[in-house]
Amino acid sequence: MSTLVINDLHVSVETDQGTKHILKGVDLTLEQGSIHAIMGPNGSGKSTLAYTIAGHPKYHVESGSVKLDGEEVLDMSVDARARAGIFLAMQYPVEIPGVTVSNFLRTAKTAIDGEAPALRPWLKEIRGSMEALRMDKTFAERNVNEGFSGGEKKRHEILQLELLKPRFAVLDETDSGLDVDALKIVSEGVNRAKANTGLGVLLITHYTRILRYIHPDFVHVFVDGRVAEEGGPELADRLENEGYDRYLTGTSVG
Amino acid sequence: MSAVTSPQPPVLAAAGQHGNTAHSDGGWALVPVQTRSERFTSVDPAAFDAVTGLEADWKLTPVAIVRPLIDGVLDGSPYQYSSTETEGTSLEWVDRSDVRVGAAGMPEEKASANAWSTFEKALSITLSGEETAHVTVNRSALGGHARAAHTLITAKPNSNATVVLQNSGSALLSENVEIVVEDGANLTVISVQEWDGSAVHLASHFARVGRDARLKHIVVSLGGKVVRVNPSVHLVEAGADGQLFGLYFADAGQHLEQRVYVHHVAPNTISRVNYKGALNGAGARTVWVGDVLIGPDAAGTDSYEANRNLVLSEGTRADSIPNLEIECGDIVGAGHASATGRFDDEHLFYLQARGIPEDKARRLVVLGFLTEIIQKIGKGDLESRLLEAIEIELGGVAA
Ligand SMILES: Nc1ncnc2c1ncn2[C@@H]1O[C@H](COP(=O)(O)OP(=O)(O)OP(=O)(O)O)[C@@H](O)[C@H]1O
Ligand SMILES: [Mg+2]
Repeated sequence: MSTLVINDLHVSVETDQGTKHILKGVDLTLEQGSIHAIMGPNGSGKSTLAYTIAGHPKYHVESGSVKLDGEEVLDMSVDARARAGIFLAMQYPVEIPGVTVSNFLRTAKTAIDGEAPALRPWLKEIRGSMEALRMDKTFAERNVNEGFSGGEKKRHEILQLELLKPRFAVLDETDSGLDVDALKIVSEGVNRAKANTGLGVLLITHYTRILRYIHPDFVHVFVDGRVAEEGGPELADRLENEGYDRYLTGTSVG
Repeated sequence: MSAVTSPQPPVLAAAGQHGNTAHSDGGWALVPVQTRSERFTSVDPAAFDAVTGLEADWKLTPVAIVRPLIDGVLDGSPYQYSSTETEGTSLEWVDRSDVRVGAAGMPEEKASANAWSTFEKALSITLSGEETAHVTVNRSALGGHARAAHTLITAKPNSNATVVLQNSGSALLSENVEIVVEDGANLTVISVQEWDGSAVHLASHFARVGRDARLKHIVVSLGGKVVRVNPSVHLVEAGADGQLFGLYFADAGQHLEQRVYVHHVAPNTISRVNYKGALNGAGARTVWVGDVLIGPDAAGTDSYEANRNLVLSEGTRADSIPNLEIECGDIVGAGHASATGRFDDEHLFYLQARGIPEDKARRLVVLGFLTEIIQKIGKGDLESRLLEAIEIELGGVAA
């Protein structure tokens, strides 16, 4: 069983106004097969945590570690992290002109597996996953995310999650901008991936509605760059009713 | 380094206000020069002033390297070529006295006039079939001595054809290509430069597009030491449509240049210009100039031109110079865009976050960038062959 251990993580970004410290000592342990929800106010650093795990060059790690089964993830290149089994479903996936979804998926699959997938089963698998996510098959020949609606981009992220079969997935507000039906479809995709591969999930969200479909084992409250409280699923309901006020006293909101 | 000029609404300008002023990276400067349509033309090289390399149309070109083509003696004899043709096409050498010589244009600079005055026979390609016809002319044995060439491409009324001029091997060539697209015809001309690393090639393409006719003109320059292909397209009858595309990939020490000119003469004419380039390696150099002239009678013109360059390494230089001259107050639209920049790091991050190694991710992004132009070719075998050729170029792109 794999574990992803985040220990005392401090992260900053360079801005025009100088260095800005965003993560101020994050501790979090994820086990494969478990689902952790992260909830917290805007600007508290949730996306920063997600991007730092994935290795976005904009974020500078000041100190701390992220270890996958004891191996330091922070020393790995972005692509090596993905090949090690870490996946980030992005809050704002970018459009890539001229690169078709099918070419992109095949290239990514080949990189992750270290060999090209056998053609027929691969095509069948893509078709199956696209159907399950209610994505029209014409998406395969469109350019990556180009002209996709917000909801279509999120489905495309989950399609990749299902096909690339990572060990840990960070889902950054995958539920934002989804209508009720899409929310259900996308959630089923995540649950399928978990059932099939024993995926561990770090689910970043503002709303409890997705937690009705993806049941968290743990809920972490993220405030001002660190985990302020942890609990079971009941914590999410309490946050929904009470908001973050009681965590914010004495801290400044960005 | 990145510079962008965004599309601007059409502006009315007095003739002669927008000059052919050269400067880097898509900035604008308004220097009074004569309007493009008043530029001096002659078939006699002696009628042009000596080229110093400071002239607007030469100052971005390595004149020392192309000098033999400007001032030297050229061999104008017929050369060896191979061709493939489908039905509805014909290919033959014709005399200088042929009436079609001079039907599409006249030299605007000295090297073009030098070739014009010395070619002995013109290679004439005539397209007459209404079913889609194809002609490919391969030139691969021109040799390293200075040559002149003249090509006539005539698309008969309502014909439908694609002509590929495929260039490889060594060359020191100055040439003129005249293209006449008669009423209702639909012609695609693709000039592919995959010359040897030492080749020097100057080409002027002149096109006249007739009533409700369409010319798709594509320049693909990958190989050669200095390659300068200048297409000018005159939309001379109502409803004429000019689609001008280009793709270039300059490696270390390579100079690839294209000066595009679209002249809207008649009402209700359409033009689209889209050139994309990549630069990689020390001394990789590209020039794109896009002149669009909307004449006084060209009411209802719809025009847009764009040039984008992707810089892949240090030590490169891309010039991108759009010029728009509008002499008609009643047009549908005229816009331009020009941008030169590095990779978008977010593209790389997204691909790498899916396990794709950095070098492979870069290649995917460049290929994606250039694919838009490849897809305009509409000829599957050539498209896949050029994609392969670009992938080979990309082999030299560092991570
Ligand atoms: N590149 C950057 N430049 C300047 N500030 C940044 C940058 N990236 C992040 N920040 C700041 O860091 C803080 C944390 O941002 P982050 O995106 O991690 O928040 P978040 O918790 O994901 O918020 P949301 O719920 O709105 O998505 C914010 O105040 C944000 O403005
Ligand atoms: Mg966020």
